[in-house]
Amino acid sequence: MVEIRFAGYGGQGIALMGVLTGRAATLFDGKEAVLTQTYGPEARGGASNADVILSDKAIDFPLVTRPNILVAMFQEAYRRFRPDLKAGGVLVLDEALVKPEEKERSFHSIPATRLAEEMGLKIAANVVMLGFFVRITGAVTKRAMEEAIRKTVKPKVVELNLKAFDAGFRWAEKAPVGTK
Amino acid sequence: MSGDHACAEGSLAAGLGFFAGYPITPSTEIAEHLAIRLSQVGGTFAQMEDELGSMAAIVGASVAGARSMTATSGPGFSLMMENVGLAVMMEVPCVVVNVQRGSPSTGLPTAVGQADVMQARWGSHGDYAIVAYSPASPQEFFDLTLRAFDTADTYRVPVFLMADEVVGHMTERVVIPPASRITRVQRKRLPRLKGNGRFLSFHTNGKDLVPALAHAGEGYRAHFTSLTHDERGYPTNSPDVHDRLVRRLVNKIKLNAGRIVEAEEYRLKDAEVVVVAYGCMSRSARRAVDMAREKGIRAGLLRPVTLWPFPESRLRELDKGKKKKAFVVAELNLGQMAREVERCIGRPPATLTHAGGKVLEPEAVLEVLAEAGR
Repeated sequence: MVEIRFAGYGGQGIALMGVLTGRAATLFDGKEAVLTQTYGPEARGGASNADVILSDKAIDFPLVTRPNILVAMFQEAYRRFRPDLKAGGVLVLDEALVKPEEKERSFHSIPATRLAEEMGLKIAANVVMLGFFVRITGAVTKRAMEEAIRKTVKPKVVELNLKAFDAGFRWAEKAPVGTK
Repeated sequence: MSGDHACAEGSLAAGLGFFAGYPITPSTEIAEHLAIRLSQVGGTFAQMEDELGSMAAIVGASVAGARSMTATSGPGFSLMMENVGLAVMMEVPCVVVNVQRGSPSTGLPTAVGQADVMQARWGSHGDYAIVAYSPASPQEFFDLTLRAFDTADTYRVPVFLMADEVVGHMTERVVIPPASRITRVQRKRLPRLKGNGRFLSFHTNGKDLVPALAHAGEGYRAHFTSLTHDERGYPTNSPDVHDRLVRRLVNKIKLNAGRIVEAEEYRLKDAEVVVVAYGCMSRSARRAVDMAREKGIRAGLLRPVTLWPFPESRLRELDKGKKKKAFVVAELNLGQMAREVERCIGRPPATLTHAGGKVLEPEAVLEVLAEAGR
């Protein structure tokens, strides 16, 4: 069983990251998955996180308490949820938006938002991050995530999103694990 | 698919013809989804001025022949109670969804609660009986919504879907069966109109205690009133008629409880500690049962799928046997269904309660369970 927390702020498409990961797992990898979200009363802005549990068996307790994987796309999200990450868990960061603490031993970072901006698709930073996340963690297969993207986003932006996904995936292949 | 969307799709699979509602978190996605989907299948979606109007509208639409539903949360549920009584008294089938949040009053709008379960049973004034289901997953929210319409039509009664915020908002795989595999119960209807349209609109054969329904516009001269009425549907002040009517309204559910009640049992066969939990808390309890078994504690879960009627005969059965079992009730209110369990087993169960806002974790259930089993 893998417990994943995607965290950022409202408007970054955090919920979509959870939806795509869950769909990739259930519809295309043949696994079980549950997605829960916490949100405040605000319509936008504010903290946003999407929690996904992936398992080969039926999932009973649906909430993530101690994630194995934390994907943080905002400083506040990192600060708030870093203590919950299981020992030996995988930490994935947007390096332009999150500055890890000095004591952080091991983490994976990508300038997802900057890469997306360079591609002219700032809004696709979440999907760039998903590409990176898939390559680093192997939580879902590349093929499954690509299928999930095809089946979820609007037809006219499928190609753009697949391009963004690919950019993140390829970045992971050359990115060293950050250490301090 | 989220639980709320699964509920909306379940209602469509049931042949929903009319939805009236006033959006409220955490049920809003049901109305939102149906606002788009219902017109695609020829149904009518109405956003109402408030929940009083919503409830009144679905009662009216049902008498006109449509399967009808509304969806709300605690604050709206309170406002609907007057017209729930109307539906009970006039025996109008309808489905009311309550995706529960922290209460009382407007409480915690975006967070989970399970404290409206007694209101579902007793919220409107007077003696009556209804049916209330408690889904524990999006799939079950779909399945039970489908079933709720059948139950409503079978017994001519309002049926409640008492979901909670966690089940309404969580997203899981939902399998929707092909339309050819979905069967629907038909309302007990009157034969084709003969003569002048006079008939006894509240006459029953004394067996299933459910009168046949005349739909508006079919030519039958049907009279519906919230006042105590005789078999013709006309108001009366007779204490005897009143007692007969109210007793039948209660008995048509009570005496058919064996057909209505549903409960899921998990690892109960040799269980010495029985946890009773429903909705989101049942998922926590299920994990706790597995954790307890690993520690050598013989635990099992009884999950009421119908909160009302409550699976009381099953609970009494479970409590029979040489050795007295321990019972634990885990719920997101301060012991509402625990009282029901106490009524069935004749002693207070151990409880794990919380006023709501979060789901209690399996570890917390395990702790109470281990203590109770000692």
